[in-house]
Amino acid sequence: MTARLLWRKGLSAVMLTLTGVCALLALSLLFFILGYLVYHGGRSVNWDFFTKLPAPVGEPGGGMANAILGSAKLLLLASLIGVPIGFFGGVYLAEFGGRTAGFFVRYAADLLNGTPSIVIGIFAYALLVLPFKHFSTFAGAFALGIMMIPITLRSTEDFLRSVPRELREGALALGASKWRAIASVVIPAAYRGILTAVLLAVARVAGETAPLLFTAFSNRFWSPGWNQPTASLPVMIYTYAVSPYEDWHRQAWAAGVVLLALVLLINILARTVLARGVSVPRQ
Amino acid sequence: MTVTSNSALSFNFAPVPGAAGRAPAAELSLRMSLAKVNFFYGSKQTLFDINLGIAAGRITSLIGPSGCGKSTLLRTLNRMYETLSHARLTGEILLDGANILAQDVTQLRRRVGMVFQRPNPFPKSIFENVAYGPRINGTSKDLSEIVEASLRRAALWDEVKNHLHKSAYELSGGQQQRLCIARALAVEPEVLLLDEPCSALDPISTAKIEELLVQLKETCTIVIVTHNMQQAARVSDFTAFLLNGALVEFSPTPQLFTTPADPRTEAYITGRFG
Repeated sequence: MTARLLWRKGLSAVMLTLTGVCALLALSLLFFILGYLVYHGGRSVNWDFFTKLPAPVGEPGGGMANAILGSAKLLLLASLIGVPIGFFGGVYLAEFGGRTAGFFVRYAADLLNGTPSIVIGIFAYALLVLPFKHFSTFAGAFALGIMMIPITLRSTEDFLRSVPRELREGALALGASKWRAIASVVIPAAYRGILTAVLLAVARVAGETAPLLFTAFSNRFWSPGWNQPTASLPVMIYTYAVSPYEDWHRQAWAAGVVLLALVLLINILARTVLARGVSVPRQ
Repeated sequence: MTVTSNSALSFNFAPVPGAAGRAPAAELSLRMSLAKVNFFYGSKQTLFDINLGIAAGRITSLIGPSGCGKSTLLRTLNRMYETLSHARLTGEILLDGANILAQDVTQLRRRVGMVFQRPNPFPKSIFENVAYGPRINGTSKDLSEIVEASLRRAALWDEVKNHLHKSAYELSGGQQQRLCIARALAVEPEVLLLDEPCSALDPISTAKIEELLVQLKETCTIVIVTHNMQQAARVSDFTAFLLNGALVEFSPTPQLFTTPADPRTEAYITGRFG
């Protein structure tokens, strides 16, 4: 009996340690990456980095102002493409979708979510780059926008579904049409969750490199327009990191720090929105 | 199944002692009436040949054990069952003589309001909750007047008049339920349906709502589903007893609780089942 008890206690202790160590490992990886980035790139993150164009090879200094603006433009346009489609699609799934139609839309969204980003890049390339014979901000944003659709769609659906049935009925019982009830009661009740999901989707595509490589491409200078190639932080990191120049490596590290900081910031913002609680108390 | 229920529609026209002993029978008129109502959920039938008259300006309560169809019956009166897929209804339901099944559903629900089992205020301010109905129905009247009048009718005005713009979720459960009543009253319905409105409330809040219902019947016809027989006995003028989807007995409340005609009614009200 005592031996059995000892065995059970021992096993419990071993498993607790094992799970604890793994949890710690998962957590420390983030801090390790963060620390490593800051160690290598921290010194190169300075005022010039945010305000100046990349310097020519061999010339020290310079910055990535064009890439930061480029990333911002890409994310803005991608959101304008991906969020409305994902949002309204999610509303359809949660509120109107029948069983069969709902199944197909949901399944398609999940498949799209699992599609390798480089494949989406090729798609955008074939559709928006080849016919116009040049790379463009629009093509890059289109690729990122496609990636945002399934994330926004599925989370919109989830958050709308979690709105209590009683709220819908309350609105309908007052003579609201179905659409009116959804627009004026159900969506406002779920908007915080949906907003969080949208922010997380933005954070998710902010670091995507593959879909941009042959759509938005890159640019040493300010991008002259939406239909012209633009620099972006992830592609800059890629280009600078594989270059043979010591100076560019430092810049790549710095771009990594800025990109990670940006993604972390969006994440924290999203969590804060969510932490303020869903607008409807759970019953 | 329908032996006693066939007489239910006509009994209102017979001389009955007015409920609570005050309303003379001659004043009774029907606001709503159901004739041969059958309800199916998928292939399962949950209401059988219901014939029932809802007296204008009176409180009618629907009682019966869980699953007897009393909530389903209530939800036929404003066609709320239509939010469920696979739901089907046959028969005729009249509101002021017109078949509600042929009417526009949003118009119908404006005339037949509903209060639910659990308070379900919208995630908006107290004011916006009450203003919601008039707003979506495009009223031309002054919203703040409607809100004040409705909150007064729901006996909530004095408690909330200084914080109308606070979230409705800051109110207590009982206050939230009265807010929901005010919200329903704001569109001035002719009939108010209440689905076990006190089941989530404490006794004091329950007493307040019961008192309120008795006041409201001056201006509104009320149908209330309750699993609480004392509540039905306290507030209602007429009581319908349902069992397994059929209307077993429908009588003036004092009569149903003192001299039930059907042995099943007697068994239920004396607590032998349910």
